[in-house]
This record gives sequence, C-alpha cells and structure tokens, in this order.
Amino acid sequence: MKKLTYPFSVEQVRSLKVGDMVSISGKLFTGRDAVHKYLHEGNPSPVQLKNQIIYHCGPVVLKDEKTSKYRVVAAGPTTSSREEPYQWQVIRDHGIVGVIGKGGMGPKTLKACQEYGCVYFHAVGGAAQVLAEKIKSVDGVHLEQFGPPEAIWELTVEDFPVVVTIDSHGNSLHKNVLETSQQKFDEILKSQKSHH
Amino acid sequence: MTKKKAKTMSRKLAKVQTKATIKKKSRTSKMGTAKSSKKGASKKGGSFLFESLLELIRRTSAEIPDDVQKVILEALEREEKNTTAEYAMTIIKANIELAKKKSQPLCQDTGTVLVYVSHPQNFDQLGFSETFKKAITAATKKGYLRQNSVNSVTGKSEPTNLGPGHPVIHFHQHKKNHVEVKLMLKGGGCENVGAQYSLPYAPIEAGRDMDGVRKVILDAVVKAQGQGCGPGVLGICIGGDRGSGYVESKEQLLRKLHDKNPDPVLATMEADIVATCNKLGIGPMGFGGKTTLLGCKVSYQHRVPASFFVSISYMCWAFRRQGISLGSNNSIKNWLY
Repeated sequence: MKKLTYPFSVEQVRSLKVGDMVSISGKLFTGRDAVHKYLHEGNPSPVQLKNQIIYHCGPVVLKDEKTSKYRVVAAGPTTSSREEPYQWQVIRDHGIVGVIGKGGMGPKTLKACQEYGCVYFHAVGGAAQVLAEKIKSVDGVHLEQFGPPEAIWELTVEDFPVVVTIDSHGNSLHKNVLETSQQKFDEILKSQKSHH
Repeated sequence: MTKKKAKTMSRKLAKVQTKATIKKKSRTSKMGTAKSSKKGASKKGGSFLFESLLELIRRTSAEIPDDVQKVILEALEREEKNTTAEYAMTIIKANIELAKKKSQPLCQDTGTVLVYVSHPQNFDQLGFSETFKKAITAATKKGYLRQNSVNSVTGKSEPTNLGPGHPVIHFHQHKKNHVEVKLMLKGGGCENVGAQYSLPYAPIEAGRDMDGVRKVILDAVVKAQGQGCGPGVLGICIGGDRGSGYVESKEQLLRKLHDKNPDPVLATMEADIVATCNKLGIGPMGFGGKTTLLGCKVSYQHRVPASFFVSISYMCWAFRRQGISLGSNNSIKNWLY
C-alpha cells in the first residue's frame, strides 16, 4: 500500500503506476456531471484546483439544524465515464493531479494524464460507508445551487483507499481488461458458431 | 423455495417464490378495506403503514439481503489473494458490515425507488401511493435516501425526492388476503449499463433464436465492463415490447439468487451465462478477476412476429431489495428476503 499525502504534486503522482493500491490523506473536492459541464463551458472554478484531486462523487450529506454543520452519511464514487468528454480539459486548464471515480475513463483522459501529469484512482463503487468513514471533515460547499449530489464538497480524508487504474505514463488497466475480455468474447462467439 | 410448484413460466416466479407463510388472516386489514380516502391509509385509525414503509426503506438502503450476501462472500473466497480484485471484494465485505451496523446507505446512490405491491381486491392504491411518498420524503430527511429526484427539463433537484416517475410504483392484485410490498433501490451506475437489443443484431451476427439471445447478453456484459459496479446480477426478458420487456427484466431481480428457474431451458441458460461471463476476466469493479457476475435471471414474454427484443437490466453488487408482508394494522408481519 502506497501513501499519498497532502499537499499533492505532479511529481508525487508521476511516481504511481497502474495496479498500485494507494491510501490518500488530505483534501478532496467532489465534482461530477454538473460541475464538469460548468467548468467545460468556461465558467471559473469557485475553488483553486491547482494540484488538487477531484472526486467523482455525489454524497448523502445531512446538515445539523442546530450547529449548521454538515455530516457526510454516504460517499462512494460515481461512474466516471460520463465526464470523459470534459475531464481532459479540466486537467489541462485547472491543473488537477488526481481524479477519483469508478468504472474508468477513456483515451482523452488517458492522454491528458500523460501530458499534464495526472492519475486516475479507482475507488470501490458502492462502498459508500467504508469511504465515508475516511472523511474526517467537511470544510466547505460550493455551487450548492446544483443540489447536494452535484455540488462541490470540500473534504478532508484520511487513508482513503484507491487503486491506480490510469497512470501518467500512458497505461490504463481499463484498456487492458477491455482488450482481453473482448478477445475472450470473440473466441466464445467463434466457438458458438462452430457448434452449428 | 419453489421446487415443482411453479408450472407457470418463469415470469411468474418472483411472485411464486416469496409465497408468504400466512394464509389465514383477518379480513379487516386496513389496506384491504380502506375506501380510498385521499388522506392515505396511515390516517385511518391504528394503521402503521407509514412506519412500516419507512422501516422497509431504511433496511433496504442499509442492508444487503442474505441471498446476495452469501454469493458475495463466495466470490471473495474465489479471488486470488493479494490482487486488486480481492482487495475490492474485501472492501465490499467491510462496507456491507459497516452499513448494517451504522444503519446508513450501503451506497450513496440510493437509486431509483422501485416498489412492487401485491394486494387483494378492494385495495386502496391511491392511499398507499400517498403514504409511500410521504415515507420517501421522511427517509430522505433521515439520510436513508439521497435527494435523488431531478427535474429532467429544468435540471433542478427536488428536495422532497418525489416527482413524475419518482417513485416507480407497480401494483399487482393477488388472491392472498394480505399485502406484500417489495422494494428495490437501483443505482444509476448499473441502470446506465442496462441494454435493449433488437434481433437480428448485425455487429455480432446475433440472429433471432436463443443463440442470438445468448450473444447479445454476453455483448452487454462486455460493454458494461466494470461500470455497473460488478460483480453484478442480470435480469433479462426475452421478447415483449420495448416497455414491458424492461419492466419484466427488472422484476426478475426480485427472485432470490439461489432459486431455480422452473423452465429447464431458461435454467440452463442462466447457469451458462454466469459461467461464461466469469471466464471473461472483467472481474470485480472491472479490475480483472474471476467473478464478473453473481447471478443471472431470465424470463420471457411473447412478441409480435416483427419484433424480437432482449432487455437486460444490470444490478450492481450493492443489490438493495427487501420486502415485507403486512399484518393487520399494516405493521410488518414478516420480511420476505
């Protein structure tokens, strides 16, 4: 298990490789569909994203009526591929060094990771409780008008468990698994045909 | 379990196999007699419908049903040690335990709320719907559900967690005297990898026969990769129209994972799809590994000569479904899974 500790940097993430299990401690910003579309349209980010990590996540957050403090009740990753049209640009223009999500991303993101120095971390989809436990504080919320799942939540995490599935050297586990499973599927199709 | 009981085809299976144990019951069930007061059944004296439904939502969101947990633990055992696949399954196991202990959502995407109500005649559907909606809004305030209902035209997220099509309520009349309510929370990630094929499907030469059906099912699993939060479960309907096919494919997910399809052809197909998909090497979360599917449930409907649809619903490992049968006063008599 490798450790990645705040403040993050391009040098840090360049040392990571596909298949590395990593434990992240420090700051994360959630951002999903609405945020990516918003940034893609050229709107300014309400937070400084340089050298930060974006987490594709729409958490369940409760607000304590008395203290007005937020508490994250559940916070697993959402499917990242929906951000594929936008992510490369957010990496380029905002200088993020990490993206956490699930399900992997495509060639545009892979290329941007290599070019600008960024890594795609895969969190376990559906593991909302294990991951919420790693959130130590909610430090702010931005673009709240998008609704709680779509807003930018500023979080501090400790030992947040992820796996590197796209590194900054042009490697993608998703590409590999797709290719090998596609190959096996082709073999199955062929053998199904030969039965007749 | 069903055994030989079900001579009806597999589409009836979900209803058959959760046959409630109680036959004799008071005819004075509030749900059975309520004559559609707009206030909803919970307003009737002594009804606990609201409380029962709220508890159903809480438990569905926080706890995985036993039949699913069993196959998840088997999948964990199967994965090779010190791989990312095993790591993913270990986190999944820990998450199941933690969600139950904390009584909080297994997954933050508490999904589309799908409810299936089987009821005797003279049942107050409007009253039920109204009470169920109130329970959803209350469950959202308590954090059992995420605020998950978005207006598709304006893009606004609805704080009550309600709206057109939210929740999805299916009513079904049955001959028993009591009411059964089954609930499924289906996350968007797995819903997005669902697929509907129209045969023939040229890209993989899938024709209008069972071989063609098999091909498109495998194709859907390959296309889904890890995006549906695998290892997953497939619910499949062969035939029907575009609407009824998808509805039926989802209802297949109400079947317990270890049941056996009474139709021998479909039973063989179900086992074959799981075994074949687990050779694809997609694995948990698409990390590569031995378990791509935890189960597969297939049903069929008749079709018109010109159409041949195969509808595939994918359920993630965080398979949230529960059910209750209601006693008199609409309290929870027993749990169905």
